[in-house]
Amino acid sequence: MKESVAAAGTRPVFLDLRHIRMPVGAWTSIGHRVSGVVLAGSVPFGVWLLALSLRDEAGFAHVQALLARPVVKAAAIVVVWALAHHVLAGVRHLASDFDVGSPLRVARRSAWVVNLAGVVVAMVAAGSLL
Amino acid sequence: MRTRFTGSRAWWIQRASAGYMLLFMVFAFGFLWIHPLRTFPAWRAGIARPGVSLATLVFFVALFSHMWVGLRDVLLDYARPEGLRSVLLVAVATGLLGMAVWVVHVLVLLQR
Repeated sequence: MKESVAAAGTRPVFLDLRHIRMPVGAWTSIGHRVSGVVLAGSVPFGVWLLALSLRDEAGFAHVQALLARPVVKAAAIVVVWALAHHVLAGVRHLASDFDVGSPLRVARRSAWVVNLAGVVVAMVAAGSLL
Repeated sequence: MRTRFTGSRAWWIQRASAGYMLLFMVFAFGFLWIHPLRTFPAWRAGIARPGVSLATLVFFVALFSHMWVGLRDVLLDYARPEGLRSVLLVAVATGLLGMAVWVVHVLVLLQR
């Protein structure tokens, strides 16, 4: 174990993200992770908003006022992108569990669809919110 | 902590919770699209219905389980050194359990 760790320490590492050319599926995959972290960060606020909206009339009105604020709307658009990308990339992931869409051509095409659809959904959300 | 929710168990938790959350969101967004609950009494009464409260509770259990597996993976991949990683894992677990208690409290209060 110790030896393998030492060997790993002397191995050349090349992880300069500016020089690695990533295939489209890598962006889908990284986007899945980034969107998951964004969603996780939004969950405490979501739970707080739900609790506040269910507490009483004043809490409900407070939530409505908050959701009307531009800063919150902008955050909501980011969360909508994250949700759309995460769900679509997740469904693509599930499909590959069942060996659906695994050939490279199909996988590349579905990766493009997921990446673009997430952005399109976010733009639709922006259009309806702003 | 690290021995739970790992391997094939984590794999199944991630997929089962994802499937339930997807169905729940399709129904919830679909329903709210057709019947927007725009007033406090309508919103409260809608969620206070036992079936809706239960489905919402299961949604949050699925969400927090899903978050645990996902955030745990992220921390195991990036959080260094070991000590910091352990602290962050405990923080995430505590936060998730705290939010679970909060959601249960909110939904139980609705039933009265």
